[in-house]
Amino acid sequence: MSTITQTVSESTVRAENKLVLDVDGLVVEIRTPKGTLRAVNDVSFQAFSGRTIALLGESGCGKSMTAKAIAGLLDPVADVAGGEVRLNGTDLARLKPKERRKFAGPELGIVFQDALTALNPVYTVGTQLGEAFRIHHGLSAKAAKVKAVELMRRVGIPEPESRVDSYPHQFSGGMRQRVLIAMAVALNPRLLIADEPTTALDVTVQAQIMALLRDLRTETHMAVVLITHDLALVAEEADTVAVMYAGKVVETGPVREVFARPHHPYTRGLLDSVPANIGRGEDLKSIAGSPPELHNIPVGCVYQSRCPLVQDICRAVSPPLEPAGDDRAVACHFSKELDNV
Amino acid sequence: MWTFLRRRIISSAIPLIVVIVGVFALARLTGNPASLYLPLNATEQMREDFTARNGFDDPLLVQMANYFGGVLRLDFGVSLRTGEPAGEMVLRAFPATLQLAGVTMLLAVVLAVIVGSWAALKPNGIVDRISSFASMAAASIPDFWLAIMGIWVFAITLGWVPTSGVSSPTSWLLPIAVLLMRPFGVLVQIVRGAMVTSLSEPYIKLARSKGASEVRVVSRHALRNAAAPALTVAGDLAVGLINGAVVVESIFGWPGIGKLMIDSILQRDFAVLQAAVLLTAISIFALNILIDLGYAMLDARVRPTTRARKRRVTPAAAQERKLNVQPTR
Repeated sequence: MSTITQTVSESTVRAENKLVLDVDGLVVEIRTPKGTLRAVNDVSFQAFSGRTIALLGESGCGKSMTAKAIAGLLDPVADVAGGEVRLNGTDLARLKPKERRKFAGPELGIVFQDALTALNPVYTVGTQLGEAFRIHHGLSAKAAKVKAVELMRRVGIPEPESRVDSYPHQFSGGMRQRVLIAMAVALNPRLLIADEPTTALDVTVQAQIMALLRDLRTETHMAVVLITHDLALVAEEADTVAVMYAGKVVETGPVREVFARPHHPYTRGLLDSVPANIGRGEDLKSIAGSPPELHNIPVGCVYQSRCPLVQDICRAVSPPLEPAGDDRAVACHFSKELDNV
Repeated sequence: MWTFLRRRIISSAIPLIVVIVGVFALARLTGNPASLYLPLNATEQMREDFTARNGFDDPLLVQMANYFGGVLRLDFGVSLRTGEPAGEMVLRAFPATLQLAGVTMLLAVVLAVIVGSWAALKPNGIVDRISSFASMAAASIPDFWLAIMGIWVFAITLGWVPTSGVSSPTSWLLPIAVLLMRPFGVLVQIVRGAMVTSLSEPYIKLARSKGASEVRVVSRHALRNAAAPALTVAGDLAVGLINGAVVVESIFGWPGIGKLMIDSILQRDFAVLQAAVLLTAISIFALNILIDLGYAMLDARVRPTTRARKRRVTPAAAQERKLNVQPTR
């Protein structure tokens, strides 16, 4: 009886499209000599099982900081100053470090950006892969190594039995990224955060790594949060997208619709800058200006200094993220006018 | 591995010869032993006899050649003072120095790792500031001054420990405390710096992302990476301990090789001095080789040939490696 209930509840949780992660009003502040900065300002989004949400934005927009805040891996100078990070109903931001560590691995895995430096150079790959099993399941070193070999096979590393004793420097970049992914999915987490997982890799390897992530997602129904600045990657891999600018989500919705008909002038500007969308012989487009510095965020809309539609109200009132039909939301006073420009 | 050791031993031989030649020549600048060992009213005939008997009348180069010949047969000459073989005297004194240096170094490393890591957890925190001041002070205090002050306060005024010698277990306390200061102070700074660096590396975040406890993160992931720079400096400091023993051993009357060296210089006991310096030099070279081996143990990247790689060369693995020559597809 109890087994049946367990199986049923397990399958409900692991079913497609259930709410896994609910980030609500997240604020992350960084203490600097110049004062306290808001790197993430009132960010909300949701991730569903078996689906991928992309956090899209340029460097410094707060997307990586959001990922770190969810995973509880903020640097000592940064703090979650507000909001909730609910993973299956538990608000991670409110947990004590000791409680939170129980989630790191079994519930939440993270794949880091730089596969070249993220692995510890002094331990074998097998030791590092087995570590999660030793910490959370109390396995012996020997049993953890068996698990490590299984994991390596699962992520497509050839000859796992012999390579399990190799060190990270004996692996290529793509293989190291596979190892990192294996580590993140070792305990079958419900949520996987992939923080620019392919930025450091060349294009062909990038495609393989993304295919691997897709396969793992299908296999385990985990929710994936993909952090990236790559529009093409978002178009190929994500179901929904949250576009971030200067610490805020400015537009969110299903990728196809957002990319087909952007409601925010920033999203529009990004899409217009993609070389593939520009005709042969035309000049490359770019968004004039640069994002505001975090210690100097203007009153009103964060995008005002670069926006072609800017009006007086934009310099006075910050537009809230409001529903704009079909699961979409946008933070712009003039989103309706955008289509007419 | 053996190739590495053989190469290191051969490359150590040349500096060793230079050391012997240097000490041999410098010792003879201290004066003629005859004027020390013979009574003031000794006749010229007596002096010539003494000099001839000990071979000091040969040209310096001949003396040196004879000495090298002896060294190759492990004959280090005879002490002028006691008539004993110099080699035996030196070997008898060496363990006392090794014990003192060994215990001191062990304490210094253990304490420095604890204090340095603790300080590194919160850079510029209160622990960091205190330990930084204390370690700077410890590393800067001259050992001879500290030794004399220690004797004055703890041995003479308070009477807690003997002034010198090895008569009781408490006689270890002052020499160790004095010798400990510098290596401890320097190592705290090194360990702190290396730990601050390694704690900010991405692999620390990776370890945390697996749910590793703070203790595990610090002791397994950060410390092991911080060990290499600490090892280099610890090696240097250990060499300093064996050399620095000269001052501290003299002050505390510690019957080690440092005291033997000083006594031999004062007594112009050339054979013993040369043997002592030779042994010190050899132990320093041995220490350096040990440090290199320690490196290899700590970090696979500096291993001359790793076992893991050797084991991988099965036909299938060789095939795979060939495939992997191109950036892995």
